[in-house]
Amino acid sequence: MPQSPQGEDCKKLAAFLDSSIDSSGRNESALIKTLYEAQRIFGYLPKEAVFLISERLNVAVSKVYGVISFYSFFTTKPKGRYQVKVCLGTACFVRGAEKIARELESRLGIKLGETSLDRKFSLESLRCVGACGLAPVTLVNGKGYGRLEVKDIGPMLEQYTDGKS
Amino acid sequence: MKKIASYAELNAARAACKPLLALREENTRSGQKRELLVCGGTGCQSSESAAILENLHREILAAGLADKASAQITGCFGFCEKGPIVKIFPDDVFYTEVKPEDAREIVESHLRDNAVVRRLLYEDPAHPGVLIERQSDMNFYKKQLRIALENCGRINPELIEEYVAAEGYQGLARCLDKMTPEEVIKEVTDSGLSGRGGAGFPTGVKWAAAAAQPEGKKYMVCNADEGDPGAFMDRSILEGDPHSVIEGMLIAAYAFGADQGFVYIRAEYPLAIRRLSLAVEQARAAGLLGRNILGSSFSFDLELKYGAGAFVCGEETALLRSIEGGRGEPTPKPPFPAEQGLWHKPTIINNVETLANVPKILRRGAGWFSGIGSEKSKGTKVFALAGKINNVGLVEVPMGITLREIIYEIGGGIKNGKKLKAVQTGGPSGGCISEENMDIKIDYQSLSSIGSMMGSGGMIVMDEDNCMVDIAKFYLEFTMDESCGKCTPCRVGNLRLHEILDEITKGLGTPEHLEKLRSLGQIIQDTALCALGQTAPNPVLSTMRFFSQEYDAHVYEKRCPAGVCRELLDFFITEACIGCGKCLKNCPASCIGGERKQRHVIDPGACIKCGTCAGACPVKAIIRK
Repeated sequence: MPQSPQGEDCKKLAAFLDSSIDSSGRNESALIKTLYEAQRIFGYLPKEAVFLISERLNVAVSKVYGVISFYSFFTTKPKGRYQVKVCLGTACFVRGAEKIARELESRLGIKLGETSLDRKFSLESLRCVGACGLAPVTLVNGKGYGRLEVKDIGPMLEQYTDGKS
Repeated sequence: MKKIASYAELNAARAACKPLLALREENTRSGQKRELLVCGGTGCQSSESAAILENLHREILAAGLADKASAQITGCFGFCEKGPIVKIFPDDVFYTEVKPEDAREIVESHLRDNAVVRRLLYEDPAHPGVLIERQSDMNFYKKQLRIALENCGRINPELIEEYVAAEGYQGLARCLDKMTPEEVIKEVTDSGLSGRGGAGFPTGVKWAAAAAQPEGKKYMVCNADEGDPGAFMDRSILEGDPHSVIEGMLIAAYAFGADQGFVYIRAEYPLAIRRLSLAVEQARAAGLLGRNILGSSFSFDLELKYGAGAFVCGEETALLRSIEGGRGEPTPKPPFPAEQGLWHKPTIINNVETLANVPKILRRGAGWFSGIGSEKSKGTKVFALAGKINNVGLVEVPMGITLREIIYEIGGGIKNGKKLKAVQTGGPSGGCISEENMDIKIDYQSLSSIGSMMGSGGMIVMDEDNCMVDIAKFYLEFTMDESCGKCTPCRVGNLRLHEILDEITKGLGTPEHLEKLRSLGQIIQDTALCALGQTAPNPVLSTMRFFSQEYDAHVYEKRCPAGVCRELLDFFITEACIGCGKCLKNCPASCIGGERKQRHVIDPGACIKCGTCAGACPVKAIIRK
């Protein structure tokens, strides 16, 4: 059988499931942890992963999707290489985070929750990273940018042109 | 740390570890040996505190001071506004806004030449030019009383030895050695400790309810799913003193008879997860988690469960469903979790800050704790001060302090000399407190009496530039987004409230809208299934109560007094205009006209109110009115 990258990822997930399935039979409680691991491996939760998890944990596919759609952390769509997350928690909001979000949307040409067609950027909002002293805050692939003003957004994004990370 | 098998061995370990804290406990400028603690909380780490620590290590070696000075991380000092923080012991010198490249000067000047680096000292915004050297002289700390945060900024959270040296696990040892579970519950009940997660239910009474259930499997859960935007006290405790939470859980478990525990923690807190996991491993290795703890018949162990980004999971029944692996939807109470919780077994859920208080109560006694605070609310509360305030950060104050003391004395007043408009407490479940109530003594009862609540301790300060209708809309957007959808009042009712607010902010509001907001808000409060839905209208109702004139201005005059609601604003070019043409060039609607070097004019009919021109103006000649 030809090896697709997806196939490799499925193997990794299968190995994780082998090592983590609870002998007590209380597999449903391992569901969220397993989805985490799957999303870490694939970058999102493709159908193949969901079906594999459903089968191995013996939890109905509908139930797995029910859990995925409930929690904002999980996504069934692939994300961009650079994940831009703008904090819209209260502390950031009162210090002008909305303007930052609007500037990001117009610069990236995508709305909150979307991914650019070339899959370079995805833009999301966050509810408080707890770095309120630095408000307003935006994260790019986990790196924090604080005390942002609209004019800082261009230079911030320019660091993420191709070839750099 | 090697296994500790009895109270006596714990005391021996404490004595052996005590020298670790020696420099931090004396308060003299010895000049002999020094210790540097670098803040390792999330806020300071995003400002490169890890690089500061690394550079300090290197510079200390390079200066040949390795036998005289050492540097390590500690938990959050709370003074996040001016982070990263580096504190020098025993001098009590407090450096703010330190950058990695400052390490050399700190080492060469302060450590080698005994000369304080003045440019890194804190400057009091009320007295420009006055530099404050010592932490104990800072107004930010003078009115604070640190109990839950006792060890944050004092010990290295990654070393169990330091926690043990700081009297750690003594509360647990006292319980196991000298007290019956009933006595432990009585002690906590007598202390007056109540739930710091928001509702303020007496902790001892909760434990007693689970203890009264028939013997058998019981669970102890720590709720670390801190979801209120703008609240970060639980995260700071977990990052700065994780063992205190573990010890609190152990004491609770002993009191009501649990042998298994879970910490339900937000996945968005990677540093807290790392520190807590490390602490659990260390406690296990030291025999403080596991079988026959400290040689007693008591056994307990715990594991971490990750929250996956659902605010409603902070509600205890929803949290339990999530631990079980399902959708985090709340269930009606009763049955209460203390009767039927995880997998239908009796379960106690306590919040992080509540648990961090428990070991201290068992160590120093109920009388000590109940002597602190107001008549009805005992102890202290940690608040996350944020928004338009000079000293953003984490503060711990005795219950009964006034808001004015927090905002002006500890918080240093409003940013940029603006006027205070409101203080929001209780997050999306709370309300906005107006200037006239600033002198109210803060406790659970007083805050609910003015339509707000304690909540988990978020305290967001707003000034004259914040529109209260817009803020109410912001919170509803949040609860609407986070509603699990199970019950109609929350799912549909809050959506309708939001639609009405949206119309008002767009200038489409009518007097009937105001009446509808009020009546619908009350219906949702009365009929929603869980606390999230029931409290969702609070921000609307409390702003309507204290800031009715702002609602009226939006509805009757189609005007936003704070200048926030875009549809209600007109942009206007004042006489300050120098005619540079920057606004004209940047205007996407091409609605600005005017000759070079002459005052420009905006065509109000064509203006799309985007505000680009105001941003482009070099002389701030464009105003909103």
